[in-house]
Amino acid sequence: MYDVCIIGAGVIGSAIARELSRYDLNICWLEKSEDVACGTTKANSGIVHGGYDAKHGTLKGELSAKGNSMFKRLDKELSFGFAEIGSFVIGFDEDDEKEIKRLYENGLKNGARGLEIVDKEFISKKEPYINKEVKIGLYCKTAGIISPYEFAIALAENAVENGVILHLETEVVDINKEEKGFIIKTNRGNFTSKYVINAAGVHADDIARMVGINDFDITPRRGQYLLFDKEQGYLANSVIFQTPKNGTKGVLVTKTYHGNLLLGPSAEYIDDKGNIDTTKEVLEEILQTGKKSIPEVDGRKVITSFSGLRASSKNGDFIIEESEIKGFINVAAIDSPGLTSAPAIAVKVVDIVSNLGLQLKEKENFNPYRTPINRTENMSPEEINELIKKDPRYGRIICRCESVTEGEIIEALNRPIKVSTIDGIKRRVRATGGRCQGGFCTPRIIEIISRELNIPMEEIQKRNKGSNILVDRTKKAFEDYKGDC
Amino acid sequence: MKYDVVVIGGGPAGLAAAYEAYRNGVNKVLVIERDKELGGILNQCIHNGFGIHHFGEELTGPEYSQRFIDDIDKTNIEVIVDTMVLQIDEQNKVHAINNENGYMIIEAKAVILAMGCRERTRGAINIPGSRPAGVFTAGTAQRFINMEGYMPGKEVVILGSGDIGLIMARRMTLEGADVKCVVELMPYSNGLTRNIVQCLDDYGIPLKLSHTVVNIHGKDRVEGVTIAKVDKNLKPIKGTEEFIKCDTLLLSVGLIPENELTRACGIKIDRRTNGPVVGELRQTSKEGVFACGNVVHVHDLVDYVTEEGYLSGKGAALFVKDEMNTDITHKTKNGYGIGYVVPQNININNIENEVRFYMRVKNVYKNHVIKAKVGDEVIAKKREVKFTPGEMIGFSIKKEQFEKLVGNEIEFFVEGV
Amino acid sequence: MNEAKTLTCIVCPIGCTIDIKKENNGFMINGNKCKRGEKYAIEELTAPKRIVTTTVKVNNSVHPVVSVKTSEPVPKEKIFDIMEVISNTEVTAPVKIGDIIVKDILDTGVDIVATRNAKEI
Repeated sequence: MYDVCIIGAGVIGSAIARELSRYDLNICWLEKSEDVACGTTKANSGIVHGGYDAKHGTLKGELSAKGNSMFKRLDKELSFGFAEIGSFVIGFDEDDEKEIKRLYENGLKNGARGLEIVDKEFISKKEPYINKEVKIGLYCKTAGIISPYEFAIALAENAVENGVILHLETEVVDINKEEKGFIIKTNRGNFTSKYVINAAGVHADDIARMVGINDFDITPRRGQYLLFDKEQGYLANSVIFQTPKNGTKGVLVTKTYHGNLLLGPSAEYIDDKGNIDTTKEVLEEILQTGKKSIPEVDGRKVITSFSGLRASSKNGDFIIEESEIKGFINVAAIDSPGLTSAPAIAVKVVDIVSNLGLQLKEKENFNPYRTPINRTENMSPEEINELIKKDPRYGRIICRCESVTEGEIIEALNRPIKVSTIDGIKRRVRATGGRCQGGFCTPRIIEIISRELNIPMEEIQKRNKGSNILVDRTKKAFEDYKGDC
Repeated sequence: MKYDVVVIGGGPAGLAAAYEAYRNGVNKVLVIERDKELGGILNQCIHNGFGIHHFGEELTGPEYSQRFIDDIDKTNIEVIVDTMVLQIDEQNKVHAINNENGYMIIEAKAVILAMGCRERTRGAINIPGSRPAGVFTAGTAQRFINMEGYMPGKEVVILGSGDIGLIMARRMTLEGADVKCVVELMPYSNGLTRNIVQCLDDYGIPLKLSHTVVNIHGKDRVEGVTIAKVDKNLKPIKGTEEFIKCDTLLLSVGLIPENELTRACGIKIDRRTNGPVVGELRQTSKEGVFACGNVVHVHDLVDYVTEEGYLSGKGAALFVKDEMNTDITHKTKNGYGIGYVVPQNININNIENEVRFYMRVKNVYKNHVIKAKVGDEVIAKKREVKFTPGEMIGFSIKKEQFEKLVGNEIEFFVEGV
Repeated sequence: MNEAKTLTCIVCPIGCTIDIKKENNGFMINGNKCKRGEKYAIEELTAPKRIVTTTVKVNNSVHPVVSVKTSEPVPKEKIFDIMEVISNTEVTAPVKIGDIIVKDILDTGVDIVATRNAKEI
């Protein structure tokens, strides 16, 4: 029997797994997708918010400000990449000014750091391409950007290296409460555990219902995004919000951690938890709204669009508590600012299980550090040459848009969490994520995966099973051909 | 490492440029190619129709490039393959990397940019819907089929009727795929008539003009697309949607010159061509840097890429020998109906006999004439039954005519007859 | 043979739409603007031919396939039969441009020749 079973390997599950991996516990971790960070986490703005926005007195208010303050240290330990570029809420009129002042006061109460109300001159100096009509702004020095899935992967890898047992492609189908704990039934057999932590994102309500909890519903709220060529990255130096209207933070314009320009998200309530389509009307609206912040954004430089689902609940706050079923902890309705709050949520969850009586004894050999994948792009010529001497594959660039070498791709295939998909590689080293969107490098990456993992080329998937890139060999003469690529 | 001329790119443009620099007396020439072999995209263009102008016969892509590779093999031009250029620095030093030599800084008296172009992606044209596997650019599919021996799909819809899209419609049909239709946003095709006849009509593949893909269906792999008719403003018309079952969507929706290196070293770019602003010998705004082929503007025939490669090779040679005049004496202007003109700048002192201008029109013009004028004087004209945006137009002006000009701005424009 | 056809001429960029119909002692041809169009239309009606380009499996080389073409245009109706033969053919590197891969394919008098060099590994 496991001590703890975590359901869901998004950023919340990953943060909890990593936090719990400090202690001497048997932990199993179940994820239905083929990789971690495949749900809400992968389609996220990647903003580490200042913590001024969420209403004081709510869990969101408390945990976002606290979460923000944890990122620098986490990045030191896990090397996922965090840039404290600051954020602006910009205002154009008196109504905006009132709201900005309210946000400032609210932020102080939440304990948000680095807040300042600033004038047009201040904003224009930091953001030369900002709409000239801007009058006032709320600057938050401590806001920053990360790549959300790289953050989750870093947490998850560190958790796994510290002993958490992750089961991918393992979908929970039922949960039974027994006297001593829970039997968690999956497509890959049963798991038993004393405690269950439900971090199943948009499916958290479905998982809760399996043990008879019916007191909350998750309504997915879709957010669509436009990602621009790095050539457009110069247009924003920080995260730029417009003054919130109707309670949402609205469309932001930001530079991403890797230097692209990102616009989004929309906020659309939808019924289908699998619907991450993008729509023409909404993408157009995002572009137009974004242009209100930065008029020079060039719509022709979009390299891809995508959408994700926020896991929202009716009352608007996070649900982080032991449920009516003893030992079953819900970590649900984690919508924005969930990414920012993730590290603080994890600490809170550990407190909850500890209070419930789980013995927490710190491991002697807990290793908080994670070695990242070598990134030649960030190295000096001398460092690159050292690396190439050891392994020449770091001298062969496969993805030319993002400058990713064969050595880096092979590293991505051999991390603590094994992946064999094109998207899995993209989320670890960015190959196929650049301006040509894999047009040139996909064939070569397929060859590398096939060769390294000994999988026939036509069986290589973009992501989960059924998303194969190739369907067949061209020639009948190949029928008995086993391939030597 | 020190060279007189370094050519970035070993496709048809770079090969011609290197060879011509060598023929013009440059001793140390280096070609840097990112793929494992020379030839560039022609290696995957196994269809015929290349070289009609240059060689007077129809060759396939690999045959065409092999002729230039053979030429190069007979010289002392050096070639390094599987090598990526990362940067051209202020002194025109070329920073490159490969697995044998590591990070190299290569000194060059002149650099020729010949990196070609890339395909527009789904994101660039904002096709909504889900994001399953099975959406490919036509060129990626072409590489899978013609070089790797794999089929990327069996039931295919192609968006865009540029030549690559048409060629792939036939190619996939021959390999046993069911190509449902080719969908084209514009009321006309951007491809050559020959390709519409021999790639679509021959196999009964419908060409749906004034249509576009409005939705992609399928969670893991493409399961179908919805297409719709578009109105005069190219907006989809409600009620005309049609679902087509397929497992693959190929995109042939345009090419973009690959000018990331060019931009990074501060070379002036023409917003219309998406390539560097160039002179008559394809000199760019950075002294000692030349450009040719699809990196300058997207060509429709490789024969013209070769011509441009020769020009830049000659220019680089003259520059190395300090025999090139680097001023600008004339500029071109895009008048009515003209999408772009290359070259944008002229120095009359570098011209031997004539300057050949390449241009594209913005629309289909039947029975029109293209004129070149300086001030109020028309100095040259060209009449055709039909000008289309899909076909690049060549237009020569003799050196004597330049010498007589009073102004220094040459305006090209389309005029009805 | 077809008795009548409407086709797009590809002799020059004008692209005339030509109607052609077989008659007792010749052809009825309409729509062409020049003589060359007439010749093209008759050929397309009586014996349309095409160059076929494709690939063939190659063993012992860097790439798994090498590109090939018909040395001359072949009758259009035989294209898929020719593809079938090629699809079952394999060659071994080295292959040189112009090498005959299949001689006199399906008794057409036309060879399948390599259009690319394939070095042996």
